[in-house]
Amino acid sequence: MNLANFSVGLSTYLLVGAMLFSLGLYGVFSRRNIVAILMSIELMLNAVNINFVAFNRFIWNQKIDVHYILTGHVAALFVIVVAAAEVAVGLALVITIYRNRQTANVDEFNWLKW
Amino acid sequence: MFKEMHDLFQWAWLIPALPFLSFLIIAFVTKRSKRLSSTVSILAILASLGLAIAIGLGVIQAGAEIVEHPAIVNVNWLNIVGLEIDFGTIIDPLSAMMLFVVTLVASMVQIYSLGYMRGDVGWSRYYAYQSLFAASMLGMVIATNLLQLFIFWELVGLCSYLLIGFWYFKVSAREAAKKAFITTRVGDFGLLLGMLFLYTKFGTLDFAALSAALNTNFQDVAVIGTVGYVTVMAFLVFMGPIGKSGQFPLHVWLPDAMEGPTPVSALIHAATMVVAGVYLVARMYFLFDHASPAALQFIAGLGAFTAIFSASIAIAQDDIKRILAFSTLSQLGYMMFALGVGSLTASMFHLMTHAFFKALMFLGAGSVIIALHHKQDIWEMGGLWKKMPITGTTFFIGVLAISGVPPFAGFWSKDEILAHALHNGHPIIYAVGLFTAFLTAFYMCRLFFVVFMGPEKPENHTHESPWSMTIPLMILAFFSIFGGFVALPEHNFAFYVHYGEFHHEPIAWGLAGISVIAGLLGIGLAYATYVTKAISAENMVARFPAIYKLLKNKYYIDELYLWLIHNIMDGLGKILYWFDIYIVDGVVNGLALITRGSGKVLRRTNTGQLQTYAMVFFFAVVVLFMVFAFGEGQLAALNPLATLGGVK
Repeated sequence: MNLANFSVGLSTYLLVGAMLFSLGLYGVFSRRNIVAILMSIELMLNAVNINFVAFNRFIWNQKIDVHYILTGHVAALFVIVVAAAEVAVGLALVITIYRNRQTANVDEFNWLKW
Repeated sequence: MFKEMHDLFQWAWLIPALPFLSFLIIAFVTKRSKRLSSTVSILAILASLGLAIAIGLGVIQAGAEIVEHPAIVNVNWLNIVGLEIDFGTIIDPLSAMMLFVVTLVASMVQIYSLGYMRGDVGWSRYYAYQSLFAASMLGMVIATNLLQLFIFWELVGLCSYLLIGFWYFKVSAREAAKKAFITTRVGDFGLLLGMLFLYTKFGTLDFAALSAALNTNFQDVAVIGTVGYVTVMAFLVFMGPIGKSGQFPLHVWLPDAMEGPTPVSALIHAATMVVAGVYLVARMYFLFDHASPAALQFIAGLGAFTAIFSASIAIAQDDIKRILAFSTLSQLGYMMFALGVGSLTASMFHLMTHAFFKALMFLGAGSVIIALHHKQDIWEMGGLWKKMPITGTTFFIGVLAISGVPPFAGFWSKDEILAHALHNGHPIIYAVGLFTAFLTAFYMCRLFFVVFMGPEKPENHTHESPWSMTIPLMILAFFSIFGGFVALPEHNFAFYVHYGEFHHEPIAWGLAGISVIAGLLGIGLAYATYVTKAISAENMVARFPAIYKLLKNKYYIDELYLWLIHNIMDGLGKILYWFDIYIVDGVVNGLALITRGSGKVLRRTNTGQLQTYAMVFFFAVVVLFMVFAFGEGQLAALNPLATLGGVK
């Protein structure tokens, strides 16, 4: 990487988004607490938000000289809303499971095992 | 005149229909009333006899025309794509003769049974079966096509089974019935194959159509194929007669069939059913004519062999019915080799005369058996002539007829067969036939002398049989005496029943004389051995014990077949059973095992763990990405990333 003429472009933002996404993905796979998994999912969704906003900034900036296209931002807003709703539902499920089985350990949620 | 006759011939279908109706009536209505059952049955068969006589007279009046243009009536029965079968009747001299013979013998047998079966519990059942048999046999002889004939052929076999096993409480009768049916079935298999082959090649099973096709198109190789095809067809079709008419390898059922009541033996296993095979060959003679000479040679050879084979066994048998059974086999051999040497006329003539005198002798034997309270060993009989004159006289007429003594019926027909054998260039077959004639005379006279002559056995209290039994004997004796004279007039038997061109052949008196001498030699030898005791039978047996045992045990053919069945057939069955259990079932069970095994392995993917599922999901996405991004050709065509103008 040439640090002399490094400029922050689209790739940088996408890279950050990807890194966050990977972290979230790793969290989904490896955490044992169900709430932690939900948090990791949130992380993944926010990573996608970064991507959306980055695309919005760079595509319309370079292609058309109009400053008010906000498609990416709107998409990000949608994602946030949906994430919120989904978390509500998810946490409701977690509470129900906890009330039933006294555990929040994902390893023990194996009733669909063969 | 022919038109009126033609109208008469339209009613030919009544001849089998009446006995069949009688069967239905007896089976469903009059079962309980013995008297009604037999009355219905006898009335039906007598009506058929009357019709048959009328048709016979009509045929004689029609003269030469009916030979060229037989009266055929056909009704379309089965009409589906690829298969068209008619049901019909054909009246030509051959069928008219058969109709007369069958109805006559059947009516004589049914009247005779009034006396023979007296007191039997199964009386109605017996007459029902008799009617069914008559209907089937009559239906067969007027069949216009092979399928119709085959249907009735099988029906006749069924009736034979039912009647042989009539006294079903006897194990021997049951076994004999099964043996008869199964053995004839083996032959029928070949016949069916032949029929299939004929149908696929010619598209029809109708006799007239097949005959026309073979006669006209035979030069056109492209249409028919080769002589080879026709020969194969001929051999296959001949398999049926081998079984049904008791030719050599499949003759084994006929002696055992004597388990049935004697009138049944007379009707089915002497006069009518067993000649069905000969009749079939006669009807399909055009097929054999157009096949290679090998086919007819084979028939001739097999027939001649059967004749001498059976005759040789007959000289060592002691059961009166068995002797007659082997005699029947021998005479069937005569009929078959007559066809083989090219003379349809002689064969059919012998069929007719044989029906008369063989039925006569069987009924006579039945008379004797009943009089002696079901004794059948000839050595337990003796000197019956005095007490049973009518039976004795008529039986003697039958013996003279079969021995070929003129002017009785057998002389004319047997002589014609032998004359044709020699004239058509088959000297060996002629010699075999002549020697068999000598043997025939010998064993028949042996039977007669031992049973009817000599000292009476004190334990036998005999009396003559009732009129119901003796009148049929006398009627059949009449035909045995005078039946042969149809060979004499200008429009003789050969004029009506022949194949191909008709030549009026004068009787060859020289050859006839030789046959008569052979017959008289046989009679003389029997007389010397069994009446005057000049030659001792015991000494002969002592000198050739091995031959005697061989003959007495029917050349051990039955034992051979049993051995074959137990070892080869059952052995094959065991092998196939092993195959079925281990391989076929193994495949099926194996499939189930594989399914179960893979299930056991694959179910481990259902861990129930959420994170496992998520990981699989992610990896699938990664794989798809790789395929779309870096895949070649078709896979990359759906590359969504390319739309973003990014990765190539």
